[in-house]
Amino acid sequence: MRHSYPVIASTCLFLVVMALPAHADDVAVDIKHFTFYPASITVPAGTRVVWTNHDDTPHTVVDAAEPKVIRSPPLDTGDSYARLFAAPGIYDYFCSLHPHMQGTIVVE
Amino acid sequence: MPDSRKMTSSSRRGLLRCMAWAGCGVRWTVIGGVPTARMLDGDAAMATKPAGLSFMQISDSHIGFASQPNMDASQTLAEAMALVRAQKADAAFMIHTGDVSQLSKPEQFDKAAALVEAAGLETHYVPGEHDVLVDDGKAFFARFTPAGSRGWYAFDQAGVHFIALNNVQDLKPGGLGNLGAAQLAWLKDDLSRRADSQPIVVCAHVPLWTVSQEWGWGTDDGLQALALLRRFGSVTVLNGHIHQVMQKVEGNVAFHTARSTAFPQPAPGTAAYPGPIKDLPPGRLRSTLGITRIQAVRTSSPLAIIDTPLGA
Repeated sequence: MRHSYPVIASTCLFLVVMALPAHADDVAVDIKHFTFYPASITVPAGTRVVWTNHDDTPHTVVDAAEPKVIRSPPLDTGDSYARLFAAPGIYDYFCSLHPHMQGTIVVE
Repeated sequence: MPDSRKMTSSSRRGLLRCMAWAGCGVRWTVIGGVPTARMLDGDAAMATKPAGLSFMQISDSHIGFASQPNMDASQTLAEAMALVRAQKADAAFMIHTGDVSQLSKPEQFDKAAALVEAAGLETHYVPGEHDVLVDDGKAFFARFTPAGSRGWYAFDQAGVHFIALNNVQDLKPGGLGNLGAAQLAWLKDDLSRRADSQPIVVCAHVPLWTVSQEWGWGTDDGLQALALLRRFGSVTVLNGHIHQVMQKVEGNVAFHTARSTAFPQPAPGTAAYPGPIKDLPPGRLRSTLGITRIQAVRTSSPLAIIDTPLGA
């Protein structure tokens, strides 16, 4: 899916470089059109996932399970949120403002 | 509510064509316990003194929003307030059905409060999800819902019981708007002291009825609230959130969603996703602020709740 958005992917990388310490093997999740792209990704343990909001509407990235390990601040247009996934597991998350927006990180 | 959308397709087109999305308010009048809605337009007759209780509703001002199709949501709220001021006649107060701000920032709350004050009406607010982004909404509640520290409260005006609800917090993954057990218990208790004959007006940001499951335009436990309201002869539910007018009457309950003063959103089924309609034709912004939109709204007036009895 990410290959469908080459421009977005490169923009995202730029923002990450600007706003967050860069990691060569960061994995990007784009928030666009009230959807997480890709909605589900599988990454090795130790991977940092970076979400970037491309909508004109604020979104969040919040753990679907309790306790909420993942909980981003509100992400305005262009904002990014990064989280390191050290432990294997399945992490379901959603946007707490638009709860129909859901995604999954599978950490192996 | 399987038959929750009763508008005919042609009627809906009529409403959407006029999508009066900026600088527009709705005027409600309660006569004999039956609320009626009228769109604000330039008709001088609108400003004549009606019988009964009148109040105004605005919604989704999104102060801080600055993107297509509206680079200045403050300006359109200011225009909406000027229209309210011109049309309010003897309206008793105004209701803002949430998303006052874009990002819950103090300066956005300041700006919104100052602009709304210009309307010259006491204003009651309910929270939208954009208003409670920080610190569980405490700043919004302290400032805009002083009667309810968690965003819900009730008040009476001229024999009508008004209930302000908060259905924008503690949302569940995959879910819709949410009232929660504590608020429903409060609502049950509040209503237990009301006679069946008292007109009830309920305000909440997200529609209490399911407008679009796919887009989350509904409230998970809205039916529980509506069950508590079933015994009343006249119930009017005023919502925002979807930035367009939709109405229906179901039994004794009339539902109405208000336009935004900031930007329009697509009708469910007409776009792949919700959010601002960015590709308005050039110049449409200013033309929609004026008389063009108003004519179309008037065309759709047979769909309004006017003259629709709510009692069994």
